[in-house]
Amino acid sequence: MMGIYGLYETPQAAQRAFEGLRAAGVVASDITVMSSEPLEEWEFASHDRTTVMPWIAVMGAALGLTAAYLLTAITQRAWPINTGGMPIVSNWTNIIIMFELTMLGAVLATVLTLLMTARLPSKLSSMYDPAISNGRILIGVSRPQDAGLDRIERALKAADAEKLCRIP
Amino acid sequence: MADRVASDLLRPVFQTTGRFYVLIAVLSGIVLCGLGAWGYQIYYGFGVTGYNWPVYWAFHETNFVFWIGISHAGTLISAILRLVNATWRRPVTRCAEVITAFALMIGAMFPLIHLGRPWLAFFLIPYPSERGIWPNYRSPLVWDFFAINTYLLSSVLFLALPMIPDFALIRDRATGWRRKIYKALSLGWQGTPRQWHRLESAMHIMALVILPIAVSVHTIVSFDFSMAVVPMWHSTIFGPYFVAGAIFSGIAALIVVMALLRKALHLESYLLPLHFQNLGKLLLLMSLLWGYFVFSERLTTWYGNSPHEMSVFWSTQTGAYSPLFWTMVLCNFVIPFPLLAIRRLRSITTAVVASCCVVTGMWLERFLIIVPSLARKSTSYSWGSYTPEWPEIVIMIASFATMALLYALVSKLVPIISIWELKTGEHPRLKAPASVPEAEAAGEIL
Repeated sequence: MMGIYGLYETPQAAQRAFEGLRAAGVVASDITVMSSEPLEEWEFASHDRTTVMPWIAVMGAALGLTAAYLLTAITQRAWPINTGGMPIVSNWTNIIIMFELTMLGAVLATVLTLLMTARLPSKLSSMYDPAISNGRILIGVSRPQDAGLDRIERALKAADAEKLCRIP
Repeated sequence: MADRVASDLLRPVFQTTGRFYVLIAVLSGIVLCGLGAWGYQIYYGFGVTGYNWPVYWAFHETNFVFWIGISHAGTLISAILRLVNATWRRPVTRCAEVITAFALMIGAMFPLIHLGRPWLAFFLIPYPSERGIWPNYRSPLVWDFFAINTYLLSSVLFLALPMIPDFALIRDRATGWRRKIYKALSLGWQGTPRQWHRLESAMHIMALVILPIAVSVHTIVSFDFSMAVVPMWHSTIFGPYFVAGAIFSGIAALIVVMALLRKALHLESYLLPLHFQNLGKLLLLMSLLWGYFVFSERLTTWYGNSPHEMSVFWSTQTGAYSPLFWTMVLCNFVIPFPLLAIRRLRSITTAVVASCCVVTGMWLERFLIIVPSLARKSTSYSWGSYTPEWPEIVIMIASFATMALLYALVSKLVPIISIWELKTGEHPRLKAPASVPEAEAAGEIL
């Protein structure tokens, strides 16, 4: 079996289903949750919150700064222009290019980290139900063990699932 | 409730009225006229415009600075409101961010339009070439290239990322070709806690990063002028003066756009008087700040009494450009101040009237910064004047039509109010007040 899920109208019902699944012996990381809005104040949607995104943004910024320094300093030496006795590498003006590319590095690193860690783009999971877009909350378990299937189904039903679905 | 929000905000995406097609046809016609005028200018050369020695920067540069300023409506305001977690921002942010993306694109076109041979614009891009030349990093125009492109790319990403969940909403409701397009655009979004958390983290980081970028962009645009030893340009105040002016005109443009959207798309339940009131107060603050900068700049020039600067100064105070100067003061300060400051006068209509005045006044301000200084440079034998010809005027009108056209098209493709952010705001803990008195009680009024 690929999975089993229930659809819930309210976060309260989804929370009850989540707690029911935990009581049925399913670990939190095996429970699939999908919703059309962030519900981070609820326990069922609050796991998986550790991210290194800010640090990767800082690294992206450092990379942008380095690239900008190399771009400006190396090319000003490679294509020197007559500066009338002023320095060939003019760091005061190069700071502006460095600043912009530092920020660009941070932005691009953030977006790339988002795409990679949120696993985008990807194919829609077989558990996905379009009713989620109508405000329903999906709570389910993918690839449950046959032995515990009945307990999982009972837990999902007990929380007033609006719809219960088994994916063969 | 969630269904009502989604169906209200997705209605413009799925339903198209005849009026929409008429609007698109009219706007496209104006844009085509602008393209024709640009083609005419390219074919016959700059002799067909009002550009003449010594005024080689005029209408196109005014439009460039004006549109880059307008771009500060969106991403900057959205980022600030996101960082301070102002719950009332939710219906406003996307309206604002769309302005940024399009205003930047339109603004960035004007340096190209100003080039006699726009197909050589790639000379500004740093890449090793057989010409053996390289962009000069000492030039403020190269700084512009980096700053505007960084801001444009960041703003487009800042706008596009929160659209992904809304694309998924449309994907699940659409059929046929529309479903295929939105399926691709939604990137397989499913709304798992991991995806929501990463999206919100990314938006928070980007909001932090975009703030200094936005400030830098208009500072660098001001450097196009202040780095030159031209009377009334070579000023240390220009950076913050331009940034304040940009935010000022940006907020005004946002209020006008929000009022038009509210009426055209029937968004009265989402774009509330509270939003206009809060943005009106920001506009009032910026009007005061703008007045302060103008006074500081003018007083310093007058007190210095340098002959070259005084010549430009008097040409704007009492000379040929004085009607434009005093109209600018009227539009940017005298009219908006009472409309926005007096509580009894505050309404959506007065906010829109004040904003229209500010948009006009800020365009005049850009013109008055650029043209009088060039017309009266240091030596009196090089004095001249500038009167626009029809190509510049048509191109300017077409730039406004381009903005309206792009905005109308995007409002057909995506919900102009972020549905998931609005729904998040409907949680009891995060609910934005619906009315002005309720907002005052909740401390949500600025």
